Amino acid sequence: MAKYNLKINGKTRPVDVDPSTPLLWVLRDYLDMPGTKYGCGVGQCGACTVHLNGVAVRSCQLPASAVTGQEITTIEGLSAKGDHPVQQAWLEHDVAQCGYCQAGQIMSAASLLKMNPNPSDEDIEASMSGNICRCGTYLRIKEAIRTAAKK
Amino acid sequence: MENKKTTYNRRSFLKSSALAGGGLMLTFNWFSTAKAAEKMQELNLPEQWAELTGYIKITPDNVITILCPNPEFGQNVMTSLPMIIAEELDADWKNVVVEMGPHDNVKLGPQFTGGSNSVRMYWKPLREAGAAARYMLRQAAAQTWKVPLEEVTTKNGIIVHPGTMKAAKYGEFAQIAATLPVPKDLKLKDPKEFSIVRSSKKNVEGQKIVTGQPVFGLDYRVDGMLIAMIQHPPAFGMKLKSFDAAQTLKMPGIKEVFSLQLYKEGFEQGGFDTRTFNDLLVVVGKTTWEVMNARKKLKVQWEPVSDTKDTMSGRGGKREVIVPAGLESTDSQLQKMQEYAQKPAQLLRRDGDPEAAFKGAAQVIERTYTAPFLAHNCMEPMNFFAHVTPEKAVVAGPLQAPGWAEPTLSKLLDLPADKIEIQMTRMGGGFGRRAYAQYMYEAALISKKVNAPVKLIYTREDDMTYGIYRPMYTATYRAALDANKNLIAFHVKGGGIPEHPVHANRFPAGAVDNYLAEAWQIPSNITIGAFRAPRSNFNAAAEQSFLDEVAEAMGKDPIEMRLELLDRAAKNPVGKDNDYDAARYAEVLKLVREKSGWATTQDGKYSRGVAAYFCHNSYAAHVVDMVTRDGKPYVERVFSAVDCGVVVNPDAATNMVQGAVVDGIGNAFFGGLTHKDGVAQQSNFDKYRLIRHNEAPKQIDVHFVQNDIDPTGLGEPPFPPVFAAVANALYKNTGKRHYKQPFSNELPGKGDKQL
Repeated sequence: MAKYNLKINGKTRPVDVDPSTPLLWVLRDYLDMPGTKYGCGVGQCGACTVHLNGVAVRSCQLPASAVTGQEITTIEGLSAKGDHPVQQAWLEHDVAQCGYCQAGQIMSAASLLKMNPNPSDEDIEASMSGNICRCGTYLRIKEAIRTAAKK
Repeated sequence: MENKKTTYNRRSFLKSSALAGGGLMLTFNWFSTAKAAEKMQELNLPEQWAELTGYIKITPDNVITILCPNPEFGQNVMTSLPMIIAEELDADWKNVVVEMGPHDNVKLGPQFTGGSNSVRMYWKPLREAGAAARYMLRQAAAQTWKVPLEEVTTKNGIIVHPGTMKAAKYGEFAQIAATLPVPKDLKLKDPKEFSIVRSSKKNVEGQKIVTGQPVFGLDYRVDGMLIAMIQHPPAFGMKLKSFDAAQTLKMPGIKEVFSLQLYKEGFEQGGFDTRTFNDLLVVVGKTTWEVMNARKKLKVQWEPVSDTKDTMSGRGGKREVIVPAGLESTDSQLQKMQEYAQKPAQLLRRDGDPEAAFKGAAQVIERTYTAPFLAHNCMEPMNFFAHVTPEKAVVAGPLQAPGWAEPTLSKLLDLPADKIEIQMTRMGGGFGRRAYAQYMYEAALISKKVNAPVKLIYTREDDMTYGIYRPMYTATYRAALDANKNLIAFHVKGGGIPEHPVHANRFPAGAVDNYLAEAWQIPSNITIGAFRAPRSNFNAAAEQSFLDEVAEAMGKDPIEMRLELLDRAAKNPVGKDNDYDAARYAEVLKLVREKSGWATTQDGKYSRGVAAYFCHNSYAAHVVDMVTRDGKPYVERVFSAVDCGVVVNPDAATNMVQGAVVDGIGNAFFGGLTHKDGVAQQSNFDKYRLIRHNEAPKQIDVHFVQNDIDPTGLGEPPFPPVFAAVANALYKNTGKRHYKQPFSNELPGKGDKQL
């Protein structure tokens, strides 16, 4: 076990975990922040997407020891009131079906728009293809990203 | 004593509802039964609640709380079912709050999510509930205001008496209304008057979802909760022989390692008690990562199973099923299927004299189709929370059929049903998989053993390699044409491992004079379960591809050819048990023909394929437009036409159809779970390919047939015909017919990852 101070959603959160523990399980099991989802554990589905220094990353692939001191943002901290333009666009287009993958989709989309405020459809496809939606809401995800880009 | 009696009644109701199917569920009347009334008293609701019916609570502050009776797995019932009550209640949707109901078959009905049943099952009872509540509120106002009931009306959550200019919010009369008798035989609204139903309402859980609130089973936790994982055998046909947990127990956070049996010898399983492995090797610890790692340190000896005997309860009483031993492989399974296809099979339906017609035919077309096992791959892997004590059991998690699972859990824990509380969390997908509650039983037995609250978690690998798959299917179709290229005979002989796919009474049965349907099945130890539109998802793929080829041989447009057959089935049907309505079937084909501009050439830009299907009492047709991108076929746009009767929540229904189209394209191209010596060859998304954003169509236009027919199924019906529409478009694109799913195996760039 090792002690780390993680900077999550603007707050310093001390944790005492095995250094190999992926950020995903630190969030879910130690910090009671279950918004970040487990889907595959091998970086293939994107359900666990969070931001590391503003960039979308797969939290199942990042050990706690590798993220200490860096700015981590989770779905719980994307906006103070749940009104980030991407979240609003998701509601406007009523994107979710089961909803399980959507936190990861939203984190990927928010990161995309931060780096590329006016993405083409091809840009959206390229950066969103690492996030699987088993319900097949891809069309609405794309529309929501276009809407958010306008705001 | 009285408690016992209630339990007995309740259990017998549970049993008969599960055995008798949808019909009985529909006829159950919540308002007039003594059981429901007793249950309401038992509930001992807080004083500020004025409970009018099992589904509706109206508080003096005018908030209307509507319980959603059915588990939510993304079909949006938490929004659509309350919309139905609110419609007849004439509530202001803005004041409506929706809560997921507890599991309570007495008060809330069958609570089954599956079979595209939720809306069609609850349509009438929920309308009656809303109408009854509205009537009682009007009556309460009429009595208080001392005016005739007929003069009291409602609008948008307000009770009005125009003559005296009196008006009140629903909340003001809720308390009085609750003391009035529940009316019966109320007149329901004419669909033309609907103002909430048929107008799109946003998902009531949308805000929670986009902000990451803990709504899923995997998010559920209580203080002191432990994490459990099960190490299941590496292959179907294997079982636990012995284990050494010394290294595992030395790992940090680990509490216990043990094995336990799920079902004792001779345990009578219900129809949805499927389980693959019975001897469970369990690791329990403090956190998920610790348990995951410690589990890897187990030293386990596995051994092959012998033939095993399962005892199943069922309609005809107890029966025994032999599950064969053996380590199966996909190659040998395909070979076995070819052998069985040559043998005599079970006759399902026969019209006219098919043998003579085939013998005398000018042309016979024969084609064989196959499809692999499919894993459901719900994004939220199987998991369940359980806290079992000698007095009671509290379990919480994702489950499609709590009412079917409760009697089994009661038997396994030796606790009466009224000591079991099942909480239904939002499900991260279901697709049929979560109708099989074995993971809930496992969690409960583990909690009982360790005497602590426990959450059982399946890793993705555990989930994908456990089984309960869509069966492996094949079917050979034959069509006989006379010298004038008329279809004179049709023959389907289908089989599967371990269940056949044939729906003998569906189109084109009823449209062809000489018709033969036969089936066979091969037992297996690879377990199967319902998968979005069971059997239909293969039937439609094969039959609708075949009809495309037959139309071509007849020299006819594929839509026109189907319409001619449907016209025959409508005007002069062959046989008696045709289970589809030929006119409604034809209507979706006509609608998709019109909306897709089928007759126009589309500038030769697209390879077009069409298919239609009937299942779950609904009709769906798709036109798929395919292009070639980077040297590979790609579905760029889709036109869909669906007849599911009244569409309760149009935008959400559109979302559902779009999702079904994407799901169908993905499974047609990529889906498949194969085996070698009993070992599942795909265990995570690196090898099991699911459709991704860049592979989904850019446009899916969904059109609903507008009618006032009571709602029929929607979650499943649009899914099956997608496979065939894709296959038929592929033929136009590549010039080659594709008979084996998944199609990507036969296309350029096989196995490409497009990440």
